[in-house]
Amino acid sequence: MAETGNSEAIAAAFADGPAYVPYLVVGDPDYESSKAHVEALDRGGADVIELGLPFSEPIAEGSTIQEALVRALDAGMTPERFFAFAEEVEVDAALVCMTYYNLIYQYGSETGPRPFVERAAAAGIQGLVVPDLPAEEADPLREACDEFGLDLVFIVAPTTRGDRLDRMMENVSGYVYVQARLGTTGARDDVSDQTTESLDRLREYDVPKAVGFGISSGEHAERIVAGGADGIIVGSALVDVVADGVENDLPTAAVADRLEALSRELKAGAERGYRSRTETVESA
Amino acid sequence: MSETESSTSEVGELSRRPGRERGRDDGKFGRYGGQYVPEALMPAIEELTDAYERYVLNNEDGFMDEFRERLAEFGGRPTPLQRADRLSERYDTEVYLKREDLLHGGAHKLNNALGQVLLAKYMGKERIIAETGAGQHGTATAMAAAHLDMPCTIYMGERDINRQRPNVFRMKLNGSEVKPVTTGRGTLKEAISETMRDWAETVEDTHYVIGSIVGPHPFPVMVRDFQAVISEEAREQAIEKTGGLPTDVVACAGGGSNTMGAFADFVDDESVALRAVEAGGSTLEVDEEAGVAPNSASLYAGEEGVLHGARTKLLQDSDGQIMESHSVSSGLDYAGVGPELAYLVDEGRVEPVAVDDDAALEGFHRLSSTEGIIPALETAHAFGFLEEHHEELGERVVVNVSGRGDKDLDAAIEETDQRDLPNAPDMSMFTEGI
Repeated sequence: MAETGNSEAIAAAFADGPAYVPYLVVGDPDYESSKAHVEALDRGGADVIELGLPFSEPIAEGSTIQEALVRALDAGMTPERFFAFAEEVEVDAALVCMTYYNLIYQYGSETGPRPFVERAAAAGIQGLVVPDLPAEEADPLREACDEFGLDLVFIVAPTTRGDRLDRMMENVSGYVYVQARLGTTGARDDVSDQTTESLDRLREYDVPKAVGFGISSGEHAERIVAGGADGIIVGSALVDVVADGVENDLPTAAVADRLEALSRELKAGAERGYRSRTETVESA
Repeated sequence: MSETESSTSEVGELSRRPGRERGRDDGKFGRYGGQYVPEALMPAIEELTDAYERYVLNNEDGFMDEFRERLAEFGGRPTPLQRADRLSERYDTEVYLKREDLLHGGAHKLNNALGQVLLAKYMGKERIIAETGAGQHGTATAMAAAHLDMPCTIYMGERDINRQRPNVFRMKLNGSEVKPVTTGRGTLKEAISETMRDWAETVEDTHYVIGSIVGPHPFPVMVRDFQAVISEEAREQAIEKTGGLPTDVVACAGGGSNTMGAFADFVDDESVALRAVEAGGSTLEVDEEAGVAPNSASLYAGEEGVLHGARTKLLQDSDGQIMESHSVSSGLDYAGVGPELAYLVDEGRVEPVAVDDDAALEGFHRLSSTEGIIPALETAHAFGFLEEHHEELGERVVVNVSGRGDKDLDAAIEETDQRDLPNAPDMSMFTEGI
């Protein structure tokens, strides 16, 4: 719930108007380039930035992000370097770490999530998204996040209903990640009806709802926010820009410029959607 | 029979044996097991758990009766428990072979594949997906899907496709689509990840037939229950043939489905030693920097972690990245193992042992030349163990012959040719021409 959120920075990001939440894989294609990329997202208007910490078996990701994770791993990304990155990168947006549970579980000298969360908090990370950790298995991580002031964001799928939804919404903090459609991550050209249905189902819960999976343009962003989302999460469309830079051997600055431009478009789309929603409410 | 009515038939009762209660309630085996999957899959997991309880545990609509009947008539069960005379003489102990290689398709895999495809049918699913390493599970699933008239897609690592051409052809012959997986090193763990991705997208009408006692609950208990027919038969056959229980049960272990199938009904028989033989590959040492374990011995050399839906023992580096594993047998080439086996090893009930590639090939030739049975390279590890450790065994040993070796002949020729094995046939006609 909004009032149980641990991170003030994340709460602030959703407080006034729609939040733009971009995602990039840290270390893709290398450490320094990825720092420039993330800073470009910030200049482009990011309110929260989800930083992907690569895992070797990313079962929730589609091919775009999976390939980015492989590039980052090949370039030597590790949890330690990830935390150094979070400390060094110069951004105003709140930082959230998105990774798989085994990396969280293994970190540090003792098994269990606490050492990872402690280190993440020290590095300035404000929240975690863990795609392979359903609410049923999340108690130890939830406790560690509460201890160190991090938000724990859960992903609500189009298929999540009933008791499962209630349990998840009791545990979520910061914002809820609304999965726009079934399947894995990846940019799409349409906006799924599943998004609208999911947002309707979540209406009664008092927590910011950020929609992700498949958003690739300002127009998508506009429609999704107009449909009731409090924020948009964009991953694959941005990772595609990085991948294109790798493929065509573009200079880091050029890729960063593209990321900044796309960010501005997405953020502006979200704001248009928000205005049209507010105007509709006012005229009604 | 009505939907809520359960059968009290003998087959219904069999699935209620005490040794099979472990993990059924919550999918936990001590600290192992669980349900670590993307949220999109959770409703399917809940639906499957419900179907498992109704149809498998309570025999609703006579599911277990139909399963047993199809196993008998389509599968050819029961398989024999055969005395191996020459091996018994060689090792000075009674050696019995549980002949899962004689099951239809040539491996124990059919027990599980037939059970799950039939279950999918009872659940009203319209499509089957599966992953495969050596191709045995894919072959069994393709056969079961054809038998039960279900469309089927099978994901297989590119590297494994090249290693297992006959099985790929068999899957296609049975009408399945085989999709190559090119990510990573193109082996089983990548194929599992890819199948999970497909499932996340198609979860409403598709059932994922996991091929071993791995993955999120209820897969580890459900696959064990389908495979437990091996130990159920072996136990009865041993008593009938020899007048008592075996002293040892030996089975090779990759993911662990034939292992747990062979052990399940013996776990409560404390006098029976249970030995899980893992693929020691070329060495048990790992190359942390390269992220490579030149073995697939996750029980023996793995550390606790979370992969593909369960907490279990894994081959991983100190950061928690999963290592590329290796075995001469692609069927054992997996960086994880079933959570129940991990638990039984921690409890001291199952002893994990590792046999390297050389010893496995020795076992391959030993069983072929002494008993007239060409084993799968997976199974050959169990015979490698027998050769190296027979002095540690009791007086009556059951070895699970998990599959036959026809699929492995190309690999066996290539691997044998690279080694100086004292008991291998003369390979010169392959290398020098006739």
